[in-house]
Amino acid sequence: MIYLDLFLGFLKVGLFAFGGAYGAIPLIRDVVLSCGWLKDEALSNMIAISESTPGPIMVNLATFVGASQAGVWGSLLATLAVVLPSFLIILILTALLKNLIKNRYVQAVLRGVKPAVIGIVLATGAFMLVKALFPEKSAADSTDLVLTLALMAMYFLPRKFSKKKLSPILFIVVSAVLGAAVYTVFPG
Amino acid sequence: MKTILKDLFLTFAKIGVFTFGGGYAMISVIENNCVERKKWITHDEMMDVTVMAESTPGPIAINMATFVGFKQAGLFGAIIATIGIVLPSFLIIFLLSGVLDALLVYPVVQNLFRGIRMAVPILILDAGFNMVKKMKKKPLPCAIVVLSMIGMFLVNLFSVRFSSIALMVIAGAVSLCAFLIAGRKGAGA
Repeated sequence: MIYLDLFLGFLKVGLFAFGGAYGAIPLIRDVVLSCGWLKDEALSNMIAISESTPGPIMVNLATFVGASQAGVWGSLLATLAVVLPSFLIILILTALLKNLIKNRYVQAVLRGVKPAVIGIVLATGAFMLVKALFPEKSAADSTDLVLTLALMAMYFLPRKFSKKKLSPILFIVVSAVLGAAVYTVFPG
Repeated sequence: MKTILKDLFLTFAKIGVFTFGGGYAMISVIENNCVERKKWITHDEMMDVTVMAESTPGPIAINMATFVGFKQAGLFGAIIATIGIVLPSFLIIFLLSGVLDALLVYPVVQNLFRGIRMAVPILILDAGFNMVKKMKKKPLPCAIVVLSMIGMFLVNLFSVRFSSIALMVIAGAVSLCAFLIAGRKGAGA
């Protein structure tokens, strides 16, 4: 039952996504890949679009995955599911348990969960980079490698010299233009 | 009552339409609208909800909309504000998802997305680096970062079925145990 799977899958994401959208991406990858809904490539496209459109990235991704699997009802259910846990938790915390977050045992648990999220985010980024460079275990394409290095230099180097940095949206636009140009000239 | 609900809905829908870049980008826009212009919540409450949003799961912008809506108009206000911030993204993404497959037929669009797929992991890594920068560098959290990173990378590489949620639960339990043990030692000394 795809509707139930979508709802439960994204409920899990909404319930465990600490640290904003980037903390959610590994969880969404888990759900999407283990249910066999999408391939890594298609999910990457959706992540990029979700980052380049307005609104909370996690909500955008839920809508997107839901729509791709089960149309309008799928997108409604996935969106509802990803929002519901935060909505209820904030209601309970503001209305009933004002000091729960400050409780020292809760703080102790959070002190462990947060670094785990950081590790998971780093591992996901590194793994997706490896996947993008070595698709389907074939040898690395030199065009892919050069483009990736160029993009990394463009994103990280300017920060060494000035406070300014490329915004994620602008970076995605630049990578799209470069991708369209480079792969059209050198089809890999 | 009716005007405040309408105002909540329209304000959060506007924030939903015009804020790119996800939750953290939205915090400043929400502060500008709800604290400075509308005076719906105080600056201190804004600080409280930011801490709350960072310590609870889920989209940060949703946490804030729910909080502000509840403060202004109770349960109904919370629902209306939350729907307000979700609705624009929902409609935009839903429309885009309908045309994406049709566009992916063209080789140029495929190449464009091939370029984007190189950018996405870089952005994710950068988000991770920023989180490392902001965290307190104590031995246990640092060990958890390194171990969970290595663990998750291997899990991904060998397609082992082990969810990141399990890892987060284990890390939370370890940290709680460390806190309890340290407390007992402190009491005994």
